Amino acid sequence: MDFIAILSIFVLACFVGYFVVWAVTPALHTPLMAVTNAISSVIIVGALIAAAAAGIGAGSGVAKALGLLAVVLASINIFGGFAVTARMLAMYKKKERPVAKG
Amino acid sequence: MHELTVSPWASLAYLVAGVCFILALRGLSSPASSQRGNRFGIIGMTIAVVTTLVTHVPTVQHLLVSDTGPTIAVRTIDWVTVVEILAAIGVGAAIGLITARRIAMTAMPQLVAAFHSLVGLAAVLVGVAAYLNPQAFGISDLVIPLIGQPFAVIHPVSRIELGLGVAIGAITFSGSVIAFLKLNGNMGGKPIMLPGRHVINIALLAGILGLIAYFVTDQSAWIFWTITGLSFVIGFLLIVPIGGADMPVVVSMLNSYSGWAAAAMGFTLHNSAMIITGALVGSSGAILSYIMCRAMNRSFISVIAGGFGTSDAGAGSGGSAVDRPWKRGSAEDAAFLMSQAEQVIIVPGYGMAVAQAQHVLREMGDKLKAEGVRVKYAIHPVAGRMPGHMNVLLAEANVPYDDVFELEDINSEFAQTDVAFVIGANDVTNPAAKTDKSSPIYGMPVLDVEKAKTVLFIKRSMGGVGYAGVDNDLFYRDNTMMLLADAKKMVEDIVKALD
Repeated sequence: MDFIAILSIFVLACFVGYFVVWAVTPALHTPLMAVTNAISSVIIVGALIAAAAAGIGAGSGVAKALGLLAVVLASINIFGGFAVTARMLAMYKKKERPVAKG
Repeated sequence: MHELTVSPWASLAYLVAGVCFILALRGLSSPASSQRGNRFGIIGMTIAVVTTLVTHVPTVQHLLVSDTGPTIAVRTIDWVTVVEILAAIGVGAAIGLITARRIAMTAMPQLVAAFHSLVGLAAVLVGVAAYLNPQAFGISDLVIPLIGQPFAVIHPVSRIELGLGVAIGAITFSGSVIAFLKLNGNMGGKPIMLPGRHVINIALLAGILGLIAYFVTDQSAWIFWTITGLSFVIGFLLIVPIGGADMPVVVSMLNSYSGWAAAAMGFTLHNSAMIITGALVGSSGAILSYIMCRAMNRSFISVIAGGFGTSDAGAGSGGSAVDRPWKRGSAEDAAFLMSQAEQVIIVPGYGMAVAQAQHVLREMGDKLKAEGVRVKYAIHPVAGRMPGHMNVLLAEANVPYDDVFELEDINSEFAQTDVAFVIGANDVTNPAAKTDKSSPIYGMPVLDVEKAKTVLFIKRSMGGVGYAGVDNDLFYRDNTMMLLADAKKMVEDIVKALD
């Protein structure tokens, strides 16, 4: 992909983000932060590439170690973020209404 | 030359992951669809991780020496690395899941800050790894000189992306660590003011940007490390002067930064899932910051500049206020007034979270409902320490979400309400925001609690003032009854009195 193609994805995604986030109900702003935090850990993709890279060049051993550490950090976020979001969302309950209303 | 090629199906998979993340946020438009949204997020992340694992299987090179033919090099799967990676994921998963299960809902703001710091640090580590081993990321050309070792020359565009990614990641990390320490109470919530901090910050920012520009022409290590180091410092300096109640803005802002860091790394790796996610998270945090600033009637710049609540600007209305007459009520009075009411609106604030009073508050609400009283909850956007903080705590206490209303939806109802019950909130109920032009909170949208027939205001003592350092006129109004006690203790007493 060339730079302009990537930039297009980025700019369009910013607009999508703008409209999607405004549609989020304020009551769910805390879960929104927790879930955005979990998905921003998609940075794990970069960490996995670094950890899996074959060693050529002087810095590659260090790069691999840093990659593995980044995998740990991103995994904490991914599992922790989605789990805590799920825990919060499970608490939001609708009012229990009587079956038939007079 | 060795350009990393990404197979078309891998690109497609990353795109699908990106779309899943959009659907994850889309699901949060209502509590009913939110859990499905979270599952979309998990699916998207699984797709992204599996795709990367499959396309980047670690390999080792073996030389096959045979007597007859030429020596051939074969690559086989490097199982040691595979195990290391899976172990790293396992360790992270264990820590993450245990933390998520154990954390108290009142501690959610500091947990989110801690999580942001991890994203920031991970971005820095990935950036450093990409700088040290650019060939693995396909962002460099290998130059083989006539004499000496071959070396990698990083593409100029990639250098900018790398510089920005590492800088934003480092700012996110150190800023989030400070935010965490403040929210967790390890560090005082009071703003810490350095002399000349604006000049220092602007100089640092200019230095970082200048170095990133210079990095394009020279990929020396010292430039890269200086960018990283200065960014850690500026993240620290940016958050230190910001006070406790501005934390909703700070947490949202750091949320935004963590997204931009992921996006910058996505540019480096030409990865659509990372770019889409980064843009989503970046705009999400930015919008939340905007909503929080609007709810405080303050500009983003003034929040970032910090130091709110330390000036004497509130003296105008506060001066002799301590001597003014006010009425004190007991738990029995409160219970009587509320049980006779047709409608009660409860206004929770950060104090409710501190006192952990949400469960007993719900019990009080249930008792009142049993007596035929309509009970509603009114939430100001900046109540608490992060956006939506009060909603989560009420949900935790089993308050149905359709009893909980936002400021603009309920504000007109106070005039027809018998009792407004303020627990742990202060500045967001101050009528001075509407009338007193000299007040530092003038112009901030507030809940019109004073329009209710009676206001019951729980407060620890008459001495303290709200975060903004402003005295609250509400305390001295004829229709206000002060309930002086710990929030939880007082509500417990009211529940007893209601029996």
